[in-house]
Order: sequence, then C-alpha cells, then structure tokens
Amino acid sequence: MSVKTEHMVLNMGPQHPSTHGVLRLEVELDGEIIIDVKPHIGYLHRCFEKHCEAMTYPQIIPYVDRLDYLASMYNEFGYVIAVEKLLGIKVPERVEYIRVIMGEFQRIASHLVAIGTYGIDIGAFTPFLYCFRDRERILNLFEITCGARLLYNYMWVGGLSHDIPPDFVRLAKEFLVDFKKTIAEVNNLLSYNKIFVERTANVGILPVETAINYGISGPNLRASGMKWDIRKDDPYSIYDRFDFDIPVGEGLRGTVGDCWDRYYIRVLEMVESVKILEQALDQIPEGNVQETIPKRIKPAEGQIYTRVENPKGELGYFIVSKGGLQPHRVKVRAPSFIHLGIMGELCKGHLVADIIAILGSIDIVLGEVDR
Amino acid sequence: MKTPEVIFEALKQHFGEAILAQQANVLNEFMIDVEPSAIKKVSFFLVSEPEYNFDNLILISALDDANGKKVIAEDGSFIFEGGTLSLIYHLESTTHKHRLVLRVTLPKEKPEVESVSQLWQHADWEEREAYDMIGIVFLNHPDLRRILMPYDWDAGYPLRKDYKNPEFYQGMKVPY
Amino acid sequence: MIYNFLVDLIGNEAVAAFINSIIPLLFIVPFALFAVYLERKVSAHMQDRLGPMITGWHGWLQTIADILKLLQKEDITASKTDKPLFFIAPILAFTGSYMAFAAIPFSSAYIGANIDLGLIFIAAVSSLVVAALLMAGWASNNKYSLLGAMRSAAQIVSYEIPTILVILTILVVTGSLNLYTLSENQTNIFKWLIFGGYGEGWQKFAIIPFMMVGMVVMFISTLAEVNRTPFDIPEAESELVAGFHTEYSGMKFAMFFLAEYANMFAVSVLVSAIFLGGYQSPFGYIGDVIGVSWLIPIEQFMWFAVKGLFFVFVQMWLRWTLPRLRVDQLMEICWKYLIPISIANFLIVAFLMVLL
Repeated sequence: MSVKTEHMVLNMGPQHPSTHGVLRLEVELDGEIIIDVKPHIGYLHRCFEKHCEAMTYPQIIPYVDRLDYLASMYNEFGYVIAVEKLLGIKVPERVEYIRVIMGEFQRIASHLVAIGTYGIDIGAFTPFLYCFRDRERILNLFEITCGARLLYNYMWVGGLSHDIPPDFVRLAKEFLVDFKKTIAEVNNLLSYNKIFVERTANVGILPVETAINYGISGPNLRASGMKWDIRKDDPYSIYDRFDFDIPVGEGLRGTVGDCWDRYYIRVLEMVESVKILEQALDQIPEGNVQETIPKRIKPAEGQIYTRVENPKGELGYFIVSKGGLQPHRVKVRAPSFIHLGIMGELCKGHLVADIIAILGSIDIVLGEVDR
Repeated sequence: MKTPEVIFEALKQHFGEAILAQQANVLNEFMIDVEPSAIKKVSFFLVSEPEYNFDNLILISALDDANGKKVIAEDGSFIFEGGTLSLIYHLESTTHKHRLVLRVTLPKEKPEVESVSQLWQHADWEEREAYDMIGIVFLNHPDLRRILMPYDWDAGYPLRKDYKNPEFYQGMKVPY
Repeated sequence: MIYNFLVDLIGNEAVAAFINSIIPLLFIVPFALFAVYLERKVSAHMQDRLGPMITGWHGWLQTIADILKLLQKEDITASKTDKPLFFIAPILAFTGSYMAFAAIPFSSAYIGANIDLGLIFIAAVSSLVVAALLMAGWASNNKYSLLGAMRSAAQIVSYEIPTILVILTILVVTGSLNLYTLSENQTNIFKWLIFGGYGEGWQKFAIIPFMMVGMVVMFISTLAEVNRTPFDIPEAESELVAGFHTEYSGMKFAMFFLAEYANMFAVSVLVSAIFLGGYQSPFGYIGDVIGVSWLIPIEQFMWFAVKGLFFVFVQMWLRWTLPRLRVDQLMEICWKYLIPISIANFLIVAFLMVLL
C-alpha cells in the first residue's frame, strides 16, 4: 500500500530576508525536499526600456545606473561604449584608463557584496561586515571622484563627468595594499571554513553545457569550468593591454560548477582585478577627459549590440537608432535576469536550505532582473 | 570562425526562399532576414551543424517597427494600423567564436512565431519577455505567461509605440 | 540554605517555598538584559564595529530601552491562529527553561529544589521546550513557523541522547545525579570532574581524557538544544525568517527571547556544574582566609556567575564566527558522531571504574 502525501507550496518572498530584493519563489516541497521552484519577478519593474524611448542618449545614463545598482559604473561603461560606437567617437587614452580603473573597482565592490551576503545566507554574519568595510573604502574613492556613492552618472558619452582628483592614485594604491589582507582574511574565515564548504560544495551543480544552453555568463559560467571572459574573448576598451588571468572553477572542494566554485571564483576574480588595477594605476596617462564629449548626440540610423563583462556576467546593450535624438529601442541583456531563469533547474532535489545557498551563489540583483 | 556573409550563403543554399535578404547596419554587422515560418528550422540547422555550432543564444530583442499608418484619435493619442513587429536573434558560438544576427519580421495583426526555447533554454524567459512587452505570441512555448508585468495586466503591451496607460488597474489610478 | 532561613523567618513553609522559587527570576531577568547587551558588544567587536554607543555610557541602557519598546508594542495575533495554543506557547517555553534552574545550585546556600535526580530532572524539563516550540509553530498557522518548529523538535529530541549518555557517564564516575552533591564535592580545581573528579585511586587519572571528551560532547549537544549557531536551524534567519516565533510580537516575543537567554545560561551553568566544579572556587575562598563565613556563599555565587558567563561568551563567539549547518548535516553530526562517541566514552569509563 502506498501512502499518499501532499506537497506543500511555500512562498518565499516577495519579502524574505535572503531573496536579495523583492523576488518571489514559489517552492513546491515534499517535506523538506524541493520538487520545483518557480521564480515570479517583476515587483521592481519600472519600465526602463520604455523610459529610454522617451529620452535623449545622455539622459539615459542615470537610468542605466539603476539597473544593477551594485555595479553602476560598469552599467555606464557598457552603455557609453555602445553609444560611442554608434557615433563613431574615439575617446582619449586617459578616459579609457579611468573607465577601466573605475570598472574594476566596481567589480571588486560588487563581488564583495556578493561574497558578504552569501556568508549571511549561509549563516556567517561576520565576513559580511569585513567585506562592507572594504567596499566602503571603494565607495569613498568614488565619492571623492564624482560625489556619489551608489548611482554615479560618471561616465558620459565621449568622456567623463569629472577628472580624478590629484590624490586618487595614492589612495587607490593604499587601498589595494590593505585589500590583499582582506582577501586572505575572508578566505580564512569563510572560504575554507569546514561548515561553509559542507553547505556549498556539491550543491547546485551546473554542468557547462547546461550553463551555455541557459545563456549563463560571467563568473557563473566560469565556475562551471568554461574559460570565457569578454574582456579577453571579445576585448573592448583597453583590456587587451593588461596582463591578467581568467580563473575558472576547478571543483577544489567538490564538483566543478557547484556553489562553492561559484563563490570562490569571485574571490579569485577580485585578485585578478587587483592585478589590473595595479597596472592601470601605474600607466595612467595625462590628458583632458572632456574634450571629445559631443555637443549634440544624434546617431545615424542603425543598430548595434555591444557587450561588456559586468561583475554579474555578460551585460549587453542592443540599441536601435532611427536617426532621432532618442533611441528607437534599447534592449538590455541583463545577466541577472538570465541567471535567475536557471533557479528551477538547479534547485530540484535539494533541501529548502539549499535554495538560499543556490540563489546566493548565482548572485542576482533584482534591479537588473526587473528593469 | 566564419563571417556572416559565408553563413548567409550557406543558409541561402540550404533554405532557399526562407532566407530573405541580408542587411548591413551601421557597423557593418550583417543581419539575415528569415521567413517567420522557417526560424525554428534555421535555428536548428545553426545549432546542430558542427561547422556553425551556435550554442549560445545571446539575446532575443523584440521591437515595434512603428511603420504602420498613424491614426490620431481626438484626445491626441494615436495608434498604428498595420505595420510590423520584429524579433532580432543574436547568436554566438562559444567554440568557433563567430556571431550571427537573425531577424524575423511579423505582421502586427497576427504576430505569431515558432518558439526556439527547445533549442536554447535561455529563450524561454526571453520569449516570455517579448510576449509581455511587445505581444508576440510564441507557438509551442512551454509556459507563455507575462513575466515582468502583473499576470492580470490587460491593457496591452507596453513597449509598443502606440501603447496607452489604462485609467485604472484593479481600482488603483494609474497615471499620476 | 536560604529555604531553611526563610522558613525560620516566616514560619510558613508554603510562603517560604514561594519566595524561594522566585529567587532565580531575580537573577535571570537582569542576566538576560546583560546577556543581550553582551551579545551586541561581543558581536560588534568581532566585526570591527562599536555596537550600541548612544544610550548611556557605551550603550548600556540600550537593552532596557528595547525592553520598554517591546512592552509597549502592539500584541498582534493573526486571525487564523489557534489562539489558546498561541498564547500558552511562550509561557510554556519560559516555564521549561525556568524549571531547569530549580535543580541548579547557585551557591552552597541556595538551590531551588535539592532533588537527587537533578540531572535527569533538567533533561526532562528542558524537553518541555520542544512542546512549546511545536505549539508555537503549529498555532501560528504559518509555513515558516511550522517548518522551524518541526526542525527544532527533531533537533532537540536527537541531541538529548548524547546529553543523557554523558550524564550516565557522570553517574558511573560519581554515583550521584544530584547537582548539589556534585558541586559540593568538587572543592578545588583538582577535584573537578574534568580532572578526574573527587574519587580516589588511579582511575581518577585514567578517566581524565574521557571526561574531557564528555565535556566537549555535552557542550556541543547543549548548544544544539538551545538552538544557537551553528545549530540555529529552527530560527535560521536566511531561510525561515525567524522560525517558530515569526508570528510573535510584543511581550510574547519577549518571552521567547527571555527563554532563549535563560536557556543559554542554564546549559552553561549545567556544563560548569558537572565538569568545572559549579559554584566552587578553583583556589579557595577569601572568606576562609579572613574567617568571615558569610562571605563564602557570596564568593561562590560569583564563581558560579563567572563560569556561566564564560560559556555564554563561548556560545556567542561561536555564533559570530561560524556559518550554519544544514538540517541533514545537523542530524548527521548527532547520530553519526556524537552518539557513537558518547557511547564509547561511557563504556570505556564504565570499564575503567567498575571492572578494574
């Protein structure tokens, strides 16, 4: 005789401590085992793409900031590159260097949040504050440069809103020296912690073929063992000048592509970003950061897709111009949106507690998911 | 690594009439126009042939071409009669590192196209978004629901150029 | 004994017993306030922060302000809750942890009830907490609460087993389950049970390593019984919001809160009473040296509080350092490691004590 059991449907969110924003997960449970996870999104939808159609190209930049609000600099980076390509502008060397420096600082800041909040998800509170302490110093660097700490409107089409202040390079270098210690500290406290490894290794394994099929990119794809980084594979700006490695997941503590790999790849990427920053800060040339800013931005008819390696993954902008002052259509390839699509696939057969481990490891930002 | 021109020739040979034309945009990235009914076949060909192996669907963008006849109503609002909607597929091969852009143009009256989500799982959500925002119906899609807008949104498709906000949504006033 | 003194003073046993039973409360409530403050400060300093600094000197009034806030808060009861159970649960939770204090000697002059089966009594009444948590989880009519309650029931019931096995080991060594007797006999550091107890002969030295193992097992399993990190799965914030007390607010929540901190202290002093001499000083008493006999119980009470606080501190230290285990891993630790270890430990100690 078989006993019929009833599946329980658990609603996680929209308000839940570890959905990283307003995300609702409809979880079907058999006891504590997950049968299915359905993400419901759109709680933060604010018609970004519709707004873009009613605004001029420079006016869109502040809106772009609000996509992935933990990596605003990089969103601007991708957008201004796209518009500059549409217009055919070549920006001065100094601008390129400053953009790369800001971008890589932003990558570190974003990964620090990812790592810190992942610690909280697993139950370790303390590493979070260590991460935020260092993120705070990066935000201070941004603040002395452009006055804002979260949403910068710093990179403009053809240039930058401000040049970096005179002591920026010194402060940045001091930060990088201290930051290496933080990485070691976080590794000791969290990465190699036995309980943390138990919780994350061999959980939520993402094979590389599945990852590509789902359009996964960035750290999550690299954690599955694929050496794919747009900075190297489709170089933009001046990334081809710097010497850095692309870390890939090796399954050191479990299987390739598990949550621990996805977590650890971010730690390794911060180390690589430090390398890029050290080179860029040494090489930065003199120049005027505003000389190529066009007075009037009116691209010819056409369309373009450009992509950059955002801290979360491949961030692409597809811009269609019909020759007016406003774009005809702006479509964003938002990495978080695409990564969230794989939640159901990754969670099947795991325990309730693993949802949190998996969701935290793919590192989504709801501002970007819902746009 | 193959240039889009070469792939265009191969597709033309293989599918004949279904491949309509190629168009260059500003940056000389070629875009291949595909007959709506053939998109699934063409995609399958591009994925399964090891020579091309387009295993990564970068993006599906839907857009309203706004090329119909503009009819202006008394209150200043307007609608487009006729015209087309387009779907633009950006494909990439992670092994050969080449990229390709396909375009499908659909009539606005009956915007129906075969879903490609069986080939690329990624297309699942992208197609839901295209349905939600522009109103393109994907045939044989496993779960075609709205994704960003509320499930019970019945005031149309927001990214169409002639979209008008409703007065009320569930008793709440919409325009501020 | 304070009880005898009260009987003499009042002349009515019932009134004396009542007053006698209130005395621990006078200690626990201020302790809970202090422990919350300590928790904040300990966590803050571990995390490069300062913690509360505004309310009073270094924020020492902060918890009092919080209690005042909790007292004033609206007591929300959702309409679909099972009201009687919802109301009883926090009271029962606090009762369970408060009853444990009855058998714990605070000093040689005060023990709530000098029962011979003290250790078994504590193990029994702390299981009352399970009933309270299940009630709270069920009555809340909330899935998170229910999941939390089911988890904590499984967890507490499982972790009772290693605790009781260690208690049996103690019984074999000392022949007593009375905590007062145990504490009274561990008069100096060499007579503490962790250093072989107050017996005679070579067995005393042979069992030292096994006593240490026993203490570690006991500490881990009591940690799990009070739901502290890394075993705080029932109230795992990132998964189950707040577990069984998600739906509680105001004073009822404060009761759970109080019960949690009372429990923390209860298990801490339990471990110290069994293995570390309870209220006994490791060195001797100033009262003895200067010949003031009424000073001794006060000193003893001080030592009792210091040892308890030390373990409370260790619990906090662990909480702010370690991540949280998963449910299956938690059960694995209990059934695959702690229980076999404590059984083996028990058998070896029994062998050493009895057969040789």
